[in-house]
Amino acid sequence: MKKNWISYPYVVWMIIFTLVPLVLVIYYSVVSVTDNGIALTLQHFKKVFEPIYIIVFLRSIKLALISTAVCLVLGYPMAMILADRGLSKRNILIVLFVIPMWMNFLARTYAWMTLLEKNGPIETMLSNLGLPPLGILYTEKAVILGMVYNFLPFMVLPIYSVLSKTEKHIVEAAEDLGATPYIKFKRIIFPLSLPGVISGITMVFMPAVTTFVISELLGGSQYTLIGNLIERQFLGTMDWGFGSALSIVLMLLILLSMGVMSRYEKENEGGGLW
Amino acid sequence: MADEIIRLVNVTKEYDGNKALKSINLYIRRNEFLTLLGPSGCGKTTTLRIVGGFETCTEGDVIFEGRRINDVPPFKRKLNTVFQKYALFPHMNVYENIAFGLKIKKMDKKDIEKKVEEMLELVNLPKYQKRSVDSLSGGQQQRVAIARALVNEPQVLLLDEPLGALDLKLRKDMQTELKNIQKRLGITFVYVTHDQEEALTMSDTIVVMKSGTIQQIGTPTDVYNEPRNAFVADFIGESNIIEGKMLEDCLVEFAGRRFECVDKGFASNEAVDVVIRPEDVKIVPAQEGMLSGEVLSVVFKGVHYEMLILSGGIKWMVHSTVMEPEKSKVGFNIFPADIHIMKKVNGI
Repeated sequence: MKKNWISYPYVVWMIIFTLVPLVLVIYYSVVSVTDNGIALTLQHFKKVFEPIYIIVFLRSIKLALISTAVCLVLGYPMAMILADRGLSKRNILIVLFVIPMWMNFLARTYAWMTLLEKNGPIETMLSNLGLPPLGILYTEKAVILGMVYNFLPFMVLPIYSVLSKTEKHIVEAAEDLGATPYIKFKRIIFPLSLPGVISGITMVFMPAVTTFVISELLGGSQYTLIGNLIERQFLGTMDWGFGSALSIVLMLLILLSMGVMSRYEKENEGGGLW
Repeated sequence: MADEIIRLVNVTKEYDGNKALKSINLYIRRNEFLTLLGPSGCGKTTTLRIVGGFETCTEGDVIFEGRRINDVPPFKRKLNTVFQKYALFPHMNVYENIAFGLKIKKMDKKDIEKKVEEMLELVNLPKYQKRSVDSLSGGQQQRVAIARALVNEPQVLLLDEPLGALDLKLRKDMQTELKNIQKRLGITFVYVTHDQEEALTMSDTIVVMKSGTIQQIGTPTDVYNEPRNAFVADFIGESNIIEGKMLEDCLVEFAGRRFECVDKGFASNEAVDVVIRPEDVKIVPAQEGMLSGEVLSVVFKGVHYEMLILSGGIKWMVHSTVMEPEKSKVGFNIFPADIHIMKKVNGI
């Protein structure tokens, strides 16, 4: 208890930048300014559940789920390759993998806009090869591509970290007992890597469901996600009450999904990033 | 050999140009308890892993029942392994661990349940099916690991220092138990250890290894009583190893004196290692011995006292049931049959 004071700067930081804004958001979501002054109200929350906004929520969740699934399917084999003991120059590969993360998120996403443009390099190359154009810019596909591109490392790294810690002897014991490579993966390697998978899913799903930059840039304005909706309430229509209510519902949604995940993880003996 | 089950022919293993195994030749008989014994880094575990299929040999052949199995992956080999660190599956309970191999063979669920029960009784853990693996002690985990391997009825069981992590008392109990299991099931055991006492207690055949080569193969009695070189003598039990010179057949000079012995066939005046077991040094009153010296230290070992006696610049280790106090002068005799003459080996 003696060294408690070391944490004070952090506590102050948390209060100023997390607690106070949170209280403000909650405050704005439940009050409305009328001619008679300020009144408590639930009208903002009622608005959140209007069909038009429910559709936005569902679309956000759908796109985030698809991106998470794609990240898992792409990322798991990638993590396995990285964790392979026989791999030489592993560190170089990992650095190569992490380097894009050092670049600005916005710059990376703008780069994709340029790449996917009608007269951009990808379409030009395709037409030179006599292939039909992709034409995915400003569609859902481009949004998913952007999410997968930006969030893939968050899937690969936690899975890699768990896989590389799996004991060699345990895998050998499975082989010894007659497990073919397929059974070995299904019954031993994958179940033991679940904590990493769950961390990865959480770390991809959360930013994917809240993003507004990717959908704004790669989806044009047609693909409004919750992130865009919230942004618009604060910077466009100035409806802070509704924006706050949207934020709170989104927060609850994420909390709920994390709760489900962490319960599942506990059953399987954790060890990932949480 | 008709009852031979595994044969290693000129097996060599290189890691980055370093030879971990240098042309190992060895055969293992059906139903025997064979121990690979040696200090760490001698290649015993590598040999076992090559038999198990977890490593491939750089040169040479592994023959199993007359068939070359160099390229057969572990999951297709008819043998099972007990690993040093147990390597139980942490996400499965005891039953699921033991049943793992049987489920892969698609055995009927009722039969699996029956066999797992039998195995748990064999390793003295009845009714442990539902227990989670990390609620077990080290000894219990090792029993589960043994049961998990044995339930598949392998023709050969490979054991890689399976008792290394257990305390002394438990290790002794498990030694007896393992030996009983091996006798009862009539399975070939290939056992790796660095503990010479363990090897002597359990084995039918001991293979003594050092820096990737086999030093001696023999029964425990052979290896103990007739070690082929000073390394084996030193590694198997404690020994006094003294530089000597073979004068002629049955006459050797060491410690500044000539001794009769029973060894023949050395060149005249050939430099040799003379090996004498501590229990073969007989203490007598100071003036009556062939050699005499001063007791440097006495340690009580239970059955006997272990004494260090300084005589003519040589420290002799002596085991005796009678204690001579420190700093006292004693004499000692060595009988011809207890003098073992070894050819000099380089690098010992």
